[in-house]
Amino acid sequence: MVIGAIFAGGIGSRMGSADMPKQYLQLGSKPIIAHTIEKFAVNPGIDQVIVLCPKAWIAHTKDIIKKYLGERANVAVVEGGATRNGTLENALKYIAENYDIDDESVIVTHDAVRPFVTHRIISENIEAARKYGACDTVIPATDTIVDSADGKVIRSIPPRHELFQGQTPQSFNIKELSTVLASLTEDEKEILTDACKIFTIKNKPVHIVEGEVFNIKITYTYDLRVANALLGVAEND
Amino acid sequence: MINAVYQLIAPKLIDTAYKEIDLSEDAVILRPINLSICKADQRYYQGLRLREVLMKKLPMALIHECVAQVIYDPRGEFEVGEVVVPVPNMPTQTDRVIAENYLRSSRFCSSGYDGFLRDYIQMPHDRLVRVPEGFDLRVASFSELVSVSVHAISRFEKFANPNRNRIGVWGDGNVGFITALMLHYLYPDAELYIFGTVEDKLNFFSFARETFHVDAVPEDLVVDHAFECVGGPGARPAINQMIDLIAPEGSIALMGVSENFVDINTRMVLEKGLNLFGSSRSGRADFSRTMDIFAEHPEVGHYLENLIGDVIPVRSIPDIHNAFRLDYMRNFGKTVIQWDK
Repeated sequence: MVIGAIFAGGIGSRMGSADMPKQYLQLGSKPIIAHTIEKFAVNPGIDQVIVLCPKAWIAHTKDIIKKYLGERANVAVVEGGATRNGTLENALKYIAENYDIDDESVIVTHDAVRPFVTHRIISENIEAARKYGACDTVIPATDTIVDSADGKVIRSIPPRHELFQGQTPQSFNIKELSTVLASLTEDEKEILTDACKIFTIKNKPVHIVEGEVFNIKITYTYDLRVANALLGVAEND
Repeated sequence: MINAVYQLIAPKLIDTAYKEIDLSEDAVILRPINLSICKADQRYYQGLRLREVLMKKLPMALIHECVAQVIYDPRGEFEVGEVVVPVPNMPTQTDRVIAENYLRSSRFCSSGYDGFLRDYIQMPHDRLVRVPEGFDLRVASFSELVSVSVHAISRFEKFANPNRNRIGVWGDGNVGFITALMLHYLYPDAELYIFGTVEDKLNFFSFARETFHVDAVPEDLVVDHAFECVGGPGARPAINQMIDLIAPEGSIALMGVSENFVDINTRMVLEKGLNLFGSSRSGRADFSRTMDIFAEHPEVGHYLENLIGDVIPVRSIPDIHNAFRLDYMRNFGKTVIQWDK
């Protein structure tokens, strides 16, 4: 079984809008999250989609799904956690309670605020997670990345050709992910916010799936403007 | 959801446009499997069309030859995973007399409207034709081109007198090969004569009765009907040779595109009472007939496999450029794009 888990847990603290989490803001003709869910819902490789969002936004998310995707059986809305790991744990808990998981089952986790994700990226995530157990979507770094411990003095400048920028999806064999997460202490859970990082620290190989430059994360108001501009939507300030 | 559409914005310049797809629309969503480059695409890509034409039609996604997989059908008429060929001609009205591909109101993907070079293709149900199971999907990618030949033959059946003993096909390129092959299967008793200029290409027509270099045609040769698959500057000598060699009241199908006007010997057209008719593009019925031929004669697929030139996996815009570059250097055969993007 392949499950697409869309993380819509953010409350938009970095976005200009104080009232609405960024994933619910309008991009073109519909909310960002609707575009993202649709990409997973129409991918035949995905058996079930679960959307994890803040408790207060569950009803709103369900309304959006009903409005834009109709009464689709394969999209469920589940409460997210306080942290990314918490959301991931909730997803795994929900999956364990509701679906028949076997050794081959895969979870494709994705940010709700990356609506430009492509069919290929999702399909290659499924393939890589099945084959290798874990994968991350990345693009080659274009800017020089500078390493500094204190933010004042450069410690080193790693060779750029060895550096990549992480995107999502990140995908995992569900049983393996559950085992790895269960092995973390509470302190580790606080620090290790990236599931691929957890795998790496536990010496489990994480394979790379080629992302797309345009698979942007809509974090700031600027990003939303860029996203709307890409869609050819006129700005209305 | 957001679709990535790879548009030609100027000759040899492709950029991604992002367009919304509305899932609530009563239409099927497809993922391209293989696409094939047509001469018309290449003319746009290389900037060989008139500047005014380019200004009017660009930006647009190229390519109207494609085989694709169904990923979503709100009606459930098509199953997810079914392999289909999309019909690029998009009629906006119906007419009891005029075929859909001649209606001036029809739209055509990759001529003023986006072609199939996109991550998802959303098409109305009636624009999809199922591919016979097990058929080579590289060959299926240029079904549209085959349907153009089938359309010309259907028109020939409508217009031509019943003599079907000797049929001539002028042109040793892809269209000539496909048209001749379709005639061979639809009229197995007819003697097929192929007229071309390149011996190596003529050698591909193994199913024909005989092939001739246009400069070495026996004087007493007569054909009942003829198909012109030459186009360009070669159209003039080809059409005039056809007029010379055809029997009285024969029909000539004109299939080759020429950018310039073509002088033809109208005196002999009149004297012989010839019937010259044009044939361009194709419609849904022609695609269906093409698939029936593929299903009925699986060996047609094997002959058509011989046309496959390069198969280029495409994961990026530079890969698309590479496919067009390689295709431009090819003087026979089809370039197939394997869509991995």
